[in-house]
Amino acid sequence: METVLKIDDINVYYGSIHAIKGISFDVKKGEIVTLIGANGAGKSTTLNTIAGLLNSHTGSIQFMGENLGKQAAHKIVSKGLALVPEGRRIFLQMTVQENLEMGAYTRKGDISADLEKVYGYFPRLKERYKQVAGTLSGGEQQMLAMGRALMSRPQVIMLDEPSMGLAPILVEEIFNIIRNLHEHGTTILLVEQNAQAALSVADRGYVMETGKIVLSGTGEELLDSPEIKKAYLGG
Amino acid sequence: MKNIKWSKTTRKNFLTYGLVILAYVVMQILGGAGLVSSSLKGMLVPICAYVVMAVSLNLTVGVMGELSLGHAGFMSVGAFCGTSTAIILQDSISSAPLRLAISLVVAAIFAAIAGFLIGIPVLRLRGDYLAIVTLAFGEIIKSVFNNLYLGVDSRGLHISLLSDRTNLGEGGKLIIGGPMGIGGIQKISTFTAGFVLIIITLVVVFNLVNSRAGRAIMAIRDNRIAAESVGVNVTKYKMMAFVISASLAGAAGALFAMNYSTFVANKFDFNTSILVLVFVVLGGQGNMLGSIIAAAALTILPEALREYADYRMLVYAIILILVMLATNNPKLKSWMDRLKSSHKKVKEVA
Repeated sequence: METVLKIDDINVYYGSIHAIKGISFDVKKGEIVTLIGANGAGKSTTLNTIAGLLNSHTGSIQFMGENLGKQAAHKIVSKGLALVPEGRRIFLQMTVQENLEMGAYTRKGDISADLEKVYGYFPRLKERYKQVAGTLSGGEQQMLAMGRALMSRPQVIMLDEPSMGLAPILVEEIFNIIRNLHEHGTTILLVEQNAQAALSVADRGYVMETGKIVLSGTGEELLDSPEIKKAYLGG
Repeated sequence: MKNIKWSKTTRKNFLTYGLVILAYVVMQILGGAGLVSSSLKGMLVPICAYVVMAVSLNLTVGVMGELSLGHAGFMSVGAFCGTSTAIILQDSISSAPLRLAISLVVAAIFAAIAGFLIGIPVLRLRGDYLAIVTLAFGEIIKSVFNNLYLGVDSRGLHISLLSDRTNLGEGGKLIIGGPMGIGGIQKISTFTAGFVLIIITLVVVFNLVNSRAGRAIMAIRDNRIAAESVGVNVTKYKMMAFVISASLAGAAGALFAMNYSTFVANKFDFNTSILVLVFVVLGGQGNMLGSIIAAAALTILPEALREYADYRMLVYAIILILVMLATNNPKLKSWMDRLKSSHKKVKEVA
């Protein structure tokens, strides 16, 4: 399998705080790779660094053979790397459809086919396409944020805690959608605190602790590993 | 269904254009019939200038969502640059409207440059920095023009700061005289010019807001991180809105200044910035028609209250508070909504 995203030895600081300490990992085409870990382990920081919102002092971020290094965040989307930021950051004052249209902002040409495709993944959004996004429920907002990212026809989509603050039934729905996207060949980098759910959909996973990767393996291996069971799965 | 939404915005825009044109025509007819009092006549150009100021500030505050407390600074830049241009061109261009047009364009360009220079460092920052820096900018511009001497003679332009060292030759003319400001201005601003400037401003602002760039600007206002994550160049679009806002304010400043025979830098101080901000807030953020009405009404109001002399500013403040309360009153709002919906029903029946 071809490697689409390769992160090599990145170090990120918030002022004097060393948040990411020499992380390396890769994502291959068509895979779901998950980063799991507790609060403050550096998962979101890693995603934001890849998306260009933060900068690494060392190492490199290779995407499709191109170094993203110090590229500005808004240029990275057009290269085919889409981020669904943490906390469902949608445009609350725009309608559902306008939000999706914003997702295709960097693209030229007709987007109606992509709209249909996204509505295919998220039928609930189609029902509410002219509703103002601020009036959607939390789960619908998360779906909208994911749909918006898909509108840019990304090679890799990065999801930052898609299950955060959602009811269990909605979490299940979101992960079903992630599985569905995976079956359609989308490459996904998934950051999650919900280790159980994340590992059950993931091909491979990396466990982060205080800015370092402490464990890696396939989803099943990690689910079965005693350390993970003890630390995250309660038993 | 999306078409209906667009047509609603378009309808609102045309309503705005229509009301401005109607107001102009009515004033012209009344003026022709001699029914306009001389005090109101004298206020027509300032009203136009304040309307342009309010609409342009609404672009920064309402559409872009950044607080600017130094809009009068751009007005000042425009006033001084535009008026100086008009005075310099006085002998070479005899047509007053043409001279006015060129001056307004020069004023807009210089104000845009000022906006660009301020924007470079500030628009990259997050939070309330724009408010703080624009506040400082307004004060700095005031000090600069209070200490600037500009003269013209046969050898060209002469500039000096702090004291008059322009050493003008024979037949030279001092244009900007430091704290004395600019004097001996030919009053070439007209109500018609003001009306044209308002229409140009509305065309620029409405087209920007309804364009691809406008959608990006509003996306940034809504959620900066989300806008960045869909590939919007935040700094670029903020800069675009800010520079356009500044240049329109510059043109308004030049129009305003050339309505008087003399003006000083202190005219465009912090109070003027706040006054324009009051127009925007009262008229509704992002609501251009509201800004226009608020600017016109609040420019006329202090003059209309002149007979109460000492209590003038008190009454002005009370009216401001009452308007604020009234527009935020839930009962009044629901009544207005009912009125609107019943109006719609009547239409549907018909």
